[in-house]
Amino acid sequence: MIYLELLLGFLQVGCFAFGGAYAAIPLIRDVVLSYGWITEEKLSYMIAIAESTPGPIMVNLATYIGSEQGGILGAAIATTSVILPAFLIMILAVVVLNKAIKNRYVQATLAAITPCIIGIIFATGAEMTIHAITGMWEILLGAVLAVILFGARFVLKKKISTIAFIGISAVLGVLVFSFV
Amino acid sequence: MGKKLLDLFLTFFKIGAFTFGGGYAMIPVIEEICVEKKLWITHEDMVNVTVIAESTPGPIAINCATFVGYKQGKFWGAVAATLGVVMPSFIIIYLISMFFNNLLEFPIVTNAFRGIKIGVGLLIVNAGINMGKKIPKKPLPMSILAVSVALMLAASFLSWNLSTIVMIVAAGVIGLALFALQQRGGKAS
Repeated sequence: MIYLELLLGFLQVGCFAFGGAYAAIPLIRDVVLSYGWITEEKLSYMIAIAESTPGPIMVNLATYIGSEQGGILGAAIATTSVILPAFLIMILAVVVLNKAIKNRYVQATLAAITPCIIGIIFATGAEMTIHAITGMWEILLGAVLAVILFGARFVLKKKISTIAFIGISAVLGVLVFSFV
Repeated sequence: MGKKLLDLFLTFFKIGAFTFGGGYAMIPVIEEICVEKKLWITHEDMVNVTVIAESTPGPIAINCATFVGYKQGKFWGAVAATLGVVMPSFIIIYLISMFFNNLLEFPIVTNAFRGIKIGVGLLIVNAGINMGKKIPKKPLPMSILAVSVALMLAASFLSWNLSTIVMIVAAGVIGLALFALQQRGGKAS
């Protein structure tokens, strides 16, 4: 039953996506690939689209995957499931959680979860980059893009906006792959 | 009440429609509208929400909308604001999902996405580096970070079936257990 699967899959994502947008990507990737909902390739396309459209990435991904799997109802279920934990927790927060979060035991748990999630994000990015590099031209393009992104960051000390970088990747992709 | 709910919905609809890049891009906009213009919440509230949002799962935009909505209109206020902030991206992505597969039949689009695919991977690595800089340079968090990266990469190359949720829970349990032991040790001596 696809609707129930979407509900459970995205509830899981919503419950464990500590640390914002990028933290949700590895979780969604895990869930989506294990259910076989979309391919890794399509997922990275969707991440790019999610980054270039308004709204939180995990909501965008939930809507898209829900829609592909179960039409408008699937989209509504997946989107609701992914935001439901945050919604309920926030309402709790107004009432009790404010104190609970300041508790030292809770802080110690969160302090250990954070580096784990960051490690997962970093490794997921590395893995997705490696999977995207399938030939000579991809190696070249990957190297150029890495120089642009990390060069701007570490050498020029400038931050390229995410949307601009996706734009550059798209243009270079068209230039390289249309002529080889 | 109905008017208030509509106001919450429309205000957050606007916020949801114009914040590209999600998450943190939204905070200044919410601050400007909800704190300075509408006087719905105070600046201190906003700081508190950010702290709570960072320690709880889910998108920060949802946390903010739910909080402001709840403060202004209790449960239904929270529903109105949260629906408002999600609705624009829901509509946009739903429309995209209807014609995206057709779009991929154009070679120029496929080529663009072959480039984007690599770019997205690098962006995620970059986000990991950015977030990693904020980890305290202490043995425990640093070793959790190193072990997580190593486990993830090993799982990928050796095709292990490793659940990220299990890793997150394990890290939390280790952190909690070590802290509890430390507390006991402190009391005993």
